Amino acid sequence: MARSVTTRHKVTATAAAWVVALIIFFPILYTLITSIKTEPEAIAGFSLWPSGTFENYITVQTQRDYFKPFMNSVILSVGSTILALIIAIPSAWAMAFSPTKRTKDILMWMLSTKMMPAVAVLVPIYLMFRDFGLLDSRIGLTVMLTLINLPIVVWMLYTYFREIPGEILEASRMDGAGLWQEIVYVLTPMAVPGIASTLLLNIILAWNESFWTIRLSTTNAAPLTAFIASFSSPQGLFWAKLSAASTMAIAPILILGWFSQKQLVRGLTFGAVK
Amino acid sequence: MGSITLQKVSKVFGEAKVIPSIDLEINNGEFVVFVGPSGCGKSTLLRLIAGLEDVSGGHILIDGKDVTDAAPAARGLAMVFQSYALYPHMSVRKNIAFPLKMAKMEQPAIDKKVEAAARVLNLTDYLERRPSQLSGGQRQRVAIGRAIVREPSAFLFDEPLSNLDAALRGTMRLEISDLHHQLKTTMIYVTHDQVEAMTMADKIVVLNRGNIEQVGSPLELYKTPRNLFVAGFIGSPHMNFVTGSYAQSKNAKTAGIRPEHLILSKDSGLWTGTVKVAEHLGADTFLHLDVDGIGQVTARAGGEFGAQYGDRVYLTPDEAKLHRFDDKGLALRA
Repeated sequence: MARSVTTRHKVTATAAAWVVALIIFFPILYTLITSIKTEPEAIAGFSLWPSGTFENYITVQTQRDYFKPFMNSVILSVGSTILALIIAIPSAWAMAFSPTKRTKDILMWMLSTKMMPAVAVLVPIYLMFRDFGLLDSRIGLTVMLTLINLPIVVWMLYTYFREIPGEILEASRMDGAGLWQEIVYVLTPMAVPGIASTLLLNIILAWNESFWTIRLSTTNAAPLTAFIASFSSPQGLFWAKLSAASTMAIAPILILGWFSQKQLVRGLTFGAVK
Repeated sequence: MGSITLQKVSKVFGEAKVIPSIDLEINNGEFVVFVGPSGCGKSTLLRLIAGLEDVSGGHILIDGKDVTDAAPAARGLAMVFQSYALYPHMSVRKNIAFPLKMAKMEQPAIDKKVEAAARVLNLTDYLERRPSQLSGGQRQRVAIGRAIVREPSAFLFDEPLSNLDAALRGTMRLEISDLHHQLKTTMIYVTHDQVEAMTMADKIVVLNRGNIEQVGSPLELYKTPRNLFVAGFIGSPHMNFVTGSYAQSKNAKTAGIRPEHLILSKDSGLWTGTVKVAEHLGADTFLHLDVDGIGQVTARAGGEFGAQYGDRVYLTPDEAKLHRFDDKGLALRA
C-alpha cells in the first residue's frame, strides 16, 4: 500500500517536472524549429513540423558575418567578467573577513543600484559615451557590462567567502603559515570553487545582456544580441532567419552552461546549499 | 618544556570586559581544564594564550619567556579546534604534514613523522582520504595528529569533543587522556562539561564571568568548593542548596548537600519528601523530590531504590559531608 502510494507520487512528480521543463524550454525549442523552416512556413502560423532546411543558417552567415559579433560577445563577456572579478575579489574579501558596522549597508546600497530601471539612466550614459567617444567601442561596452554586473559579482563572492570558516584560517596561523602561505595554501584553494561559479554565471549574464549592448553599439562592437536584433529591421521581419541567428547566438553559451552545470547550480543557489 | 604563566591578563571587547584580570600558573606536563558556563571567558582565555587574540593588558609567559606580543606560530603551541578546522581540500596526509611543511622540514622527515602520528591515532588506512570522507571521531583524530607532529610545548584544546555523540565522546576522552600520559606534554583543555573536567584534569580552573572562581584538583573542588558557584558547578547532579532554619541551625546562610550525601530511607529520617521524578539507572537511582519545608531536592541512592512518582520517602543529610556558606556565598570551614 505504502509502496504504491510513493510510486504514484514519484510518477506524478516526474510528469509534473517534465511538463514544467517543457513549458520553460518551449520558446527555445520553437526558435530551433522555426530556424529550419522556410520564410513562408515561418509566417504561415503555428506549426511544429518544419520542412527541415538549413538555408537560413547559410543565408545568415553569408549576408551578415556571424564571426565578428560572436567574437565581440566573447570579448565583452569574458573581458567584463575578468574586470569585475579584479575589482570584486578584494572588496568582497575585505567585507567578508574584516567587516565593519557599515558592511551590510554598503552591500545593500550596491544591490539597490540593480533595482533601478536601466532606462532611467539611458540618456546621461548615452551622452557620456558620446562625449568620451565610447559609442560602439569594445572598451566602452566592457566597462558598461562590468559596472552593471559588479554588484552581483561582489554579492556572490561575499557569500562564498563568508562560508570559509575563520577557524581554518586560525588553524593555519597556529600551524605556522605566514600571510602569503595562508593565501596560497589555504584561502585560495577554498575560494576557487566560489570564484569559478561566479565567473561562469557572470559570463552568461554578460553574454545575454541586451539593453545596453544594443543601444550603445552599431557595427564595430556589436555582440550577438545586437546581431539578432538587426534581423527585425529595416527590410521587415524575417522570422526564420531571425530564429537561425538566435539559435547561433544561444548555442555557445548553452554548451558552456551544459558543461559547467554543477558549478552553475552552486552559483545560482548563492551558497544557500552546502 | 611547557610551563605557562599568566600575569594580570585582561581582555576587553569594545565596552565589554570579558576578562577583568587573571593570574594563573600552569606547570610543565600538567593537564589543565578551563571549565565554566558559556560566556565565562574560557575560550577567550585559551585564544589569548594561543595568540589568536591580543591581550588588552598583562603578560603571557611560556617557559619564562614573554610571548605577549608574539605571533601564534612563534609560541610553539598547537591547537585543536571545536570544528576540527581541517583543510577541506587536502588529504589527511597533507593536513597532518601542513605544520611541518610550513616549518620547511625535508619531505622524507615529514613522511616519517606523519606516518608515526597516523599509527598512534589509528589513521594509517585513511591517509589518502579527504576530511569530508571521515567520521567525526576520525576528523578529530586528524586534528590531534596535526597538533602532535609539531611536538609543541603545549596543546590547546577548545571544546574538542562537543561535536561528537555521547558514546564517541567517552572514547575520545580516554584517547586524549592516554595521549597525555604517553606524551607528558602540557595540555590546556577548554570545556563546559564538568564531567570531562573531572575525569581528565590534573588541575581544574573554574571560570565565571571572566574571573577565576577556584583552581584545584578535581577532588579538591569536589570536597572543598570555595564558594556557592563552584559548589553548584562541580558535581553531577548538582549540589542541593538549603536556606532558612535548617541552614541557620548550622550557623550558615546556605547549607549545601550533594545528592549522594543524602541518606534515603522508607521508614525514618530528618526530612520527608514526595517523589516527583524517579530515574532508575540500574547502578544508581536519582530521585527528584519535593521536601516538606525545604523545597526541591535531588537525592542519589547507590543501586536500586524502589520508589515511584508520588511515594513518600525519608532523607537524612550526612552531616560530615555538609557544606556551609556565608551570606556572601563563600564557604565556611569548621
